[in-house]
Amino acid sequence: MNAVDWVHLAAFLLVLAALTKPLGLYIQRVLDPRGRTFLDPGIKPLERTICRLMKIDVDREQDWKEYLLSVLVFGAAGFLFTFAILRLQHLLPLNPEALGPVAPDLAFNTAVSFMTNTNWQNYSGENTLSYFSQMVGLTFHHFVSAATGIAVAAAFVRGISRDRAATIGCFQVDLIRSCLYLLLPICLVYALFLVFQGTIQNFSPYLRAGTLDGGAWQIIAQGPMASQTAIKMLGTNGGGFMGANASHPYENPTPLSNFVQVLSILLIPSSLTYYLGRAVRNSRHGWSVWAAMLCLFLSGLLICWWAEARGNPRLEQLGVDASFGNMEGKEVRFGIFSSALFGAATTAASCGAVNSVHDSFTPLGGWVLLFNMMLGEVVFGGVGVGLCGMLIFILLAIFLSGLMIGRTPEYLGKKIENRDVQVCALAVLIPSILPLVLTAITISSEWGTASLNNSGPHGLSEILYAYTSAANNNGSAFAGLSANTPWYNLTLGFSMLAGRFIVIMASLALAGNFARKRALSRRGGDFPVSGGTFCLLLVATVVLVGALTFLPVLSMGPILEHFLMTGSDLLF
Amino acid sequence: MKTRILLAELKNSILSVLILGILFCGVYPLTVWGFARLFFVHQAEGSIVERQGQVVGSTLIGQAFHSDRYFHSRPSAAGAGYDAVRSGGSNLGPLSRVLVEQVRKRVQAYRASNNLPNEMNVPADAVLAPGSGLDPHISPENASIQASRVARARGISIEEVQNLIDRHIERPQLGFLGEYRVNVLKLNLALDAL
Repeated sequence: MNAVDWVHLAAFLLVLAALTKPLGLYIQRVLDPRGRTFLDPGIKPLERTICRLMKIDVDREQDWKEYLLSVLVFGAAGFLFTFAILRLQHLLPLNPEALGPVAPDLAFNTAVSFMTNTNWQNYSGENTLSYFSQMVGLTFHHFVSAATGIAVAAAFVRGISRDRAATIGCFQVDLIRSCLYLLLPICLVYALFLVFQGTIQNFSPYLRAGTLDGGAWQIIAQGPMASQTAIKMLGTNGGGFMGANASHPYENPTPLSNFVQVLSILLIPSSLTYYLGRAVRNSRHGWSVWAAMLCLFLSGLLICWWAEARGNPRLEQLGVDASFGNMEGKEVRFGIFSSALFGAATTAASCGAVNSVHDSFTPLGGWVLLFNMMLGEVVFGGVGVGLCGMLIFILLAIFLSGLMIGRTPEYLGKKIENRDVQVCALAVLIPSILPLVLTAITISSEWGTASLNNSGPHGLSEILYAYTSAANNNGSAFAGLSANTPWYNLTLGFSMLAGRFIVIMASLALAGNFARKRALSRRGGDFPVSGGTFCLLLVATVVLVGALTFLPVLSMGPILEHFLMTGSDLLF
Repeated sequence: MKTRILLAELKNSILSVLILGILFCGVYPLTVWGFARLFFVHQAEGSIVERQGQVVGSTLIGQAFHSDRYFHSRPSAAGAGYDAVRSGGSNLGPLSRVLVEQVRKRVQAYRASNNLPNEMNVPADAVLAPGSGLDPHISPENASIQASRVARARGISIEEVQNLIDRHIERPQLGFLGEYRVNVLKLNLALDAL
């Protein structure tokens, strides 16, 4: 944990904080169907053409049920689109390596995974997917699953900020505007920057190189990677082009590209908090939510960084220089800090790309990654859905403090009622219970443990990580688990669907409910939604729910492993 | 009534999949491809290195070196080692018996091939596998330890080799991003060109 790394961290936080407001303001304009942006001259004609082709009436808004139906049907259509491409890739163009069709259970898992913004990958891109499958089948979801998240967040925020309204916006309009005005322009510049740093963008067959020492052939996978990598990070998707994801030197070639990639994970989720503040005409509220997220993020990052820098005493006994830290699974160009920063960001924000092997992190480092996801992906969280999750926690926090001080809980002048709390509780509980139940079933069955790469407490962590990652739509893995079996493909696919759509359904139901409510004039005795007390309560609610749910199982996984590492000679 | 709404939604969704599909899966990647070819064709095509007209690799993709005459890359868990269609790490946990055995052997082999005393610690990157299995770099410490072996095998002075290493050290970008490192393929190519 040397001085240069602290500078790196400070620079990162500074850039993130500096971009939050301007991008948040821009997002506000994008999410207003009549909003004007500086990109209008270029993009407005395109938007008009698309709306005309799809016969969208920009002025017609939907109530929450119609909005939800649109989200679901669009998701289903996107799923079928990708499933069909994966199954038929041998018949489709851009397949220079003549890769065969993807097996049905794997195609199901992959299509669900990308549609739900999870990007869990039970395959390695370079030896399973054709360029067409990657560029068309997967990149499509990289854009639209992120835009769907933003749309749902916008609907939720509209519901909160409107007074006695029946509608919460139009899904198609939100989807198209987020894609066209926000994701596409950033990605065009971003992808070219990645190419500049060394990321490939070609359609060439795999390269054959005669290596220097002995001249054996090295086959090097190629493909249209940069365009996909840009949106993979910006949309907190995380599905890598290659098996090694962002640790692959083509996918993340330099420390600078790494800096920008980590930044792009947190960029939109962070800006959305500012958008929230503006939309409810209380910027301090937005910043307070941001501060609570940052506080959770930094605590995790510091623990993870410290644990990784401290290294693995078992390897140091063998004569490995301790000053390097835990380098198993990490790249020399990134070292410990850039790997810990990436790991913390990718798990906090439901991205799931990795620039180092999470499975090989120290027990405490790995615990942070796992716990970040267990908090429900609200520490910045996935694009859009992270804010939705956090809003649900805000309602819970206000409800809980209302119970403590014995008065009707209100959020921004609107009463939080019985039904709202029930919906919130469901949205928090189901994604928590699901991984616990599925882990229990899997760990006690032969087909479950047969896929393990590590045994002992680390084996439990591998399975727990998989289901937690899936149910919270993260997509990163303790990748030693060979999860490409029918059991895992189906159960993980089911977890991803449940995790994604329960949060979306809850958010839209709450949006509809809140939109209808009358906003009471703000009185002096309101519960404050900004400042230190609010932040503390919010952080405490998030941590308590996560800790109470998961401490028992964590103590048998990473926590036990930590004490075994420092206090025994046991190996597994 | 219900079915009519559902059918209308379905039609809308299919239309959006098609239209957005053409935009994001056709126009967007091809635009990036076009500009990449225009401005950064070397990187876009994989940062290929050629020697006397022969492709010998990519500066970004590590490759295996076994001979004493070359600097060695890190251990690799990609396929049988540096397999660039099977990228990935070992995925071994910190208490894995397999990992500890692997590292024990690698430490011994590294000490033996570089004539190191038994009590001397070895650089972590020399005995631990990277996440990609294709790491093109090693640490400067690792390179310096290998210098005497390489010098002996080539019959040149250690100073000459150390100078070459110093010239190939890549610094943290902007002064604070990433680690000091040496690109093994570039260094070995420079050795051959001496």
